[in-house]
Formats: sequence, structure tokens, C-alpha cells
Amino acid sequence: MKALIKFLRKPIASSIVAILLGFLVAAVVLAVAGYDPLGSFGALFSGALGRPKYIANVIIKATPILLTGVGVAFAFQTGLFNIGAEGQYILGTILTSIVGVMVDLPPVLEIPLLICCGIFGGALLGAFIGFLKAKFGIHEVITSIMTNWIMLYLCNFVVMSDTFHKENSTSALPINTSGYTTILYNWKKSDAGIEFLNGIPWLKEVLLKTDLNIGFIVGILVAIFAGWLLSRTKLGYELRAVGYNRDAARFSGINVDRSIILCMVISGAFCGLAGSLNITGISPHAITQLAAQEGYGFNGLSVAFIAGCSTVGCIPSSLLFAGLIYGGMSVQQVMGAPSDIINIMIGTIVFFIALPGITNALADWIERRHKEPDPNEVPVAKDGTPLPKREA
Amino acid sequence: MDSIILLIGITLMYSTPLIFGALGGVISERSGVTNIGIEGMMVIGAVAGASASYFTNNPWIAFLVAGICGGLVALLHAIASVSFAADQTVSGVAINLLAPGLALFLCRYFFDGAAMSPIVEKMPKVFGDSWMAGTVYSNLNVNVTTIIALLLTIATWFVLYRTKWGLRVRAVGEHPAAADTLGIDVYKVRYVCVILSGVFAGFGGASMTIGIISQFTQTAISGHGFIAMAAVIFGKWTPFGAYGACLLFGGTQALTVLLGGGSFPIPSQILAMLPYAMTIIVLVLFVGRSVAPKADGVPYIKGSR
Repeated sequence: MKALIKFLRKPIASSIVAILLGFLVAAVVLAVAGYDPLGSFGALFSGALGRPKYIANVIIKATPILLTGVGVAFAFQTGLFNIGAEGQYILGTILTSIVGVMVDLPPVLEIPLLICCGIFGGALLGAFIGFLKAKFGIHEVITSIMTNWIMLYLCNFVVMSDTFHKENSTSALPINTSGYTTILYNWKKSDAGIEFLNGIPWLKEVLLKTDLNIGFIVGILVAIFAGWLLSRTKLGYELRAVGYNRDAARFSGINVDRSIILCMVISGAFCGLAGSLNITGISPHAITQLAAQEGYGFNGLSVAFIAGCSTVGCIPSSLLFAGLIYGGMSVQQVMGAPSDIINIMIGTIVFFIALPGITNALADWIERRHKEPDPNEVPVAKDGTPLPKREA
Repeated sequence: MDSIILLIGITLMYSTPLIFGALGGVISERSGVTNIGIEGMMVIGAVAGASASYFTNNPWIAFLVAGICGGLVALLHAIASVSFAADQTVSGVAINLLAPGLALFLCRYFFDGAAMSPIVEKMPKVFGDSWMAGTVYSNLNVNVTTIIALLLTIATWFVLYRTKWGLRVRAVGEHPAAADTLGIDVYKVRYVCVILSGVFAGFGGASMTIGIISQFTQTAISGHGFIAMAAVIFGKWTPFGAYGACLLFGGTQALTVLLGGGSFPIPSQILAMLPYAMTIIVLVLFVGRSVAPKADGVPYIKGSR
């Protein structure tokens, strides 16, 4: 019992309890709607982890939301709410796509160039939002929401423009293959590669049937880097100080305006990197016409919040999120239950994560119920003075 | 002249759902609770309105049902952010995740797995359906929800600035501890305001599905709640300011529709950016720094210093 109480007092406990509650609520909703909850969860798990291919796809899906999540978490820790991750992601994809089509260098140069383009795109948009906030006091939430839509239409404009439009499709031209970050892209399709892979069926399935790419590794490194930057460097200290108390930070000599802009630049850079990795790593390696926001930014918010806005925590939380989304598709195929149940589940998880006191309250409650009456305890009045012991 | 009338008509039509959402945002944030969840509450209102109209064939009842359902979702936000002192941004984001999922789930449940509802009965137009039919003036025959939005704006302004209750709401939003010492029940005021904001947002969702289009679709509410949220800040947290911001936004959107229809040399995608770019430009040039209610987004814990 003591171990349980101790566990409940740890910060990670609230995430785990929230996840369990998310499953519970989803089970209730499914049962009320007349579907088999256990069967649905079975379909969810086998849909996410049942085959090597599925696991690889979960990792692929986790990559962009890991990075946008890190971007959101980074900004959140410095007191900014970057709801514009979506737009920064899109601008990252646009610039990567444009340069990837126009420039064809050897892969050692092309890949870093494209990645830099994506980072630049996101950072540029972040800088714009930060600049408007620092210089004109315009709330970052407004500019973020507006730029999300502006970027969506900019993307559609580039896709449909004469230079980049791929005929008879709704997408732009794919980037040059030298920019692909898919793992072993050329080798795995060569004769030698296929012959080798025939010997290892699971690896063959993973490599040939998915677009497994370097993205997630980059994402992990970035998450660790962002955590280091925030907690171990002078710059991170300044950024967080501005987030905690702007006036105190200004008084101690920190350039607050510069900090706000810089924070949005860094946060935007992570989101732009996400876009860049999606273009270079996943087919069709091109931007496509967008009818609505794709949700990379908004899912990044959820990933960041499930992780309690810890940048490193975004790694497991993005995997969880991607697993739920990807596995959720088979809930509909196998059980016929609407896959929207996954969104209900994720929403519930985030909702319970928002309630910080819930696990502590639970721990207190258990402690009170199981507390052995202590014979030596002196009864204490409300103001702290000891009360005379009652005679039995 | 004709195109001006058309412009006014489309402006009013586009801005109506936004106005409801923005009023919800104003009332919630004035009491000190940030409401990112407006979007989610609007989606619930949208599906509830369309479904209720389908089952009752009475759009007025459906409109009320939408408000109630929006209010129920807002109750979740209120429990989290008022009683549990939760991070209001996170809770709002949770609502935005939860609500669209729930809306589609309900839609599929009600309508045999379809992601959209059948065509349902709409709210009536102000002057009846056949007024000036066929002429350009029929564009001025707006849906009755447009008038409700205007009346609700006036009512919200009146309550906030001309009644004792409104003074309490504003006091709670600026300095809850001071309000508490005067005997105002901060929690109760915030609960009422957050639930009302959900009711308004629910109306907003319904004004889309049973006011403009006459069915629920997956994209019926796509970003309207976020635009409404921006309008709250743009309008400096006042009902009329928010109303004006929504009109400006609806107006530029109407302008893009009109310009896009003709042989205008600008590509349609660039034209579509206009409302969003315009909002930023107006903010930079004319509106400037906006100051939120002082306690906006800060949970109140009784007795804390």
C-alpha cells in the first residue's frame, strides 16, 4: 500500500492514471453504444502492435507530432502558447518541397539543405508571431491561428501553381530522390537488397512496406536537446524566467522582447523540422492540396500536454498518441465501432491530465483510509497547540 | 449597389456563428476562465442542433437543445478549471479533442454510420421564406439566428456593464480574492459564466448547421471556434468589440467570395488568405496592445495568497 501511495505522488502517476481513465471512459462509451469494449481494445492493440509493419507505421506517425509536441512544450515552458505549430509545420513542408524540387545535389548536401529549409520556414513564421507579440503586444494566439490558415492557403497556392503542380493530381511535384531520408531507400529496392531481406522476413516487411525513415531518431535527439537547452543553459534559464515572471525578468536585465522572439523562433524551428522530415521521409514526398488543417499542430498540443510539457516526455507520449490513432483505424475495420472513439479517448486522457491534483488527492484518500491509529500521537488543535489527552 | 447588398448579406451570414462563439468567449474570459474549448463546444452544438432538428422537426427546439448540449460540455471545462484548479489551456484543448470525436461518434450512431446528417429543417428567415425572392434584396432577408446573435450581444453588454451581476463577473475576472472578501461566490460566478459560454457556443454551432447549411457535416465547424477566440482578443474582451471583430472577419470573407466569383486576376488561394491577413493587419495598425482581464486563466483557490 505504501508503494502505491508513493507511486501516486510521483508526477508520472497522473499521466498513467489519466491514460487508464481514458480507456475506462472509452469502454463505457463503447458499451453504451452497443459495441464490445474488450474486443475493440484488442483490435486497437493488434492494429498498432500486431505486426512489425504496424509498429514501423506507428513510429512514422509519431515523428511529426513528436517534433511539434516538443515545439509546443518548449514554448509552453517559457510562457507562450504556440497554437501555430500547424502553420509552422506547413511552411516547413512548403519550403522543403520547393527547394527539393528545384535543387538536386548529392544526398550528403541535399538532405541537410532540405532539413535546414524546413527549420528555416518554421523559425521564420515563429519569428513573425514572436515579433508581433514583442513589438505590438498582439496575442500570439490570434496571430498563430491566422497564420495557420494563411499557410494552408499558401500551400494550396504552391501546389496549384504552374511550376510545381503535378498534372492530374492534387499534389505538387515530388522532391528529387537525393533528398529522401527514407532508410536505405535505394538499397532496399535493389536486387541485392531484396535478396538479403528475403532472409529476414520482419525486416523485409518493415523496410519494403513502410516509409521507415530517420525522422524519429532526429526527433529523439531534438527532444533531448530542447530539454537540455531549457534546463541546463543560460539561454534556457532566461527564456523560462520570462515565462514565470516577465517583470522580474526585465528587472534582472533580461531582454524580454528578444526572449519572446527567440523562443518562438526555436519553437517554430522544431515544428518546421517536423514538416521537413515528413516531406523527405514519407511518400509521396510532396505537398498536397489541403482541404482542412491536418492536425499536426493540434496533435502536437495533445502530445505536449500528455507529456506534462516535458520535451523528453514527448517521446513516449507521441508514440502513445500515434499508436492510438493508427491502431484506432482497425477498431472500425474489425469491430465496426466508429474510430472517432479514439478521439474521445485521447480527449479524456488530456482532460484528466489537466486535473493535476487528482492523483495526490487519491493518495491522500488511501493514506487516510489505511492509516494505523498512532497511539503516541498528540492531538493538535487547528492553530497547532497540543490538546490535552482525552482520558479513556 | 447590388453587390453592396450582397456583401452585407453574406457578411451577416458568415459572421453569425462566429458572434455566438465570441460572446461565449467574452463571458467566460471576463470571469477569469480562458476558454480554448469554444471550438469543441460549437461542434457539439452543431451536431446536437442538426440531430434534434431531424428528430423533432422543430428547429427552435433544436436550437435550444444545441445550447444545452454546449453547456453540458462547458460544464466539464468548468469542473476542471474552477473546482480542480486545472490548467485551463490544457482542459480547453482536451475539450477540443473530445468534442469533435464525440460529435462524429454521435452522428454515426444516430445516422447509421454516416459522417453527416440528412438535410434537416432550418431556422426560418426573418421576413419569411418568400420575401423579395429572386431579387438581390432577398440577401438582406437574413436567418433569424443573425438577429438572435445581435440581441444576445446587446444583452451580454447590458448584463456585463449595467447590472450588479455583471459587475460581479468583471470583479471576479479582475481580482477574485477581492471579490471573495466582498462575499461574492467566485466559484459560482465562474461556473455560471463558463456554462453560459458553452450555451452560446452551442447556439453558434447550431446557427451553422440549422441556420446556414441545413445538415451536420464533419467540416461544418472547422476553425470557427478559434476565429471566435481570436475575435474575443481582437475585440478587447467586450461584447461589441467581439461583435465588430466578427463582422470584420465575416466581411472580408464575403469580399473574397464576391471577388473570387468574377474574373479577378488574383489566384483564389491568395484571395482566401485575405480575412486572416486582414485581421493581423488591422491589429497591427489600429488596435494594438490588448489587455486581458487580470485573472484570466488563473485558477482561484480559496484562501490562497
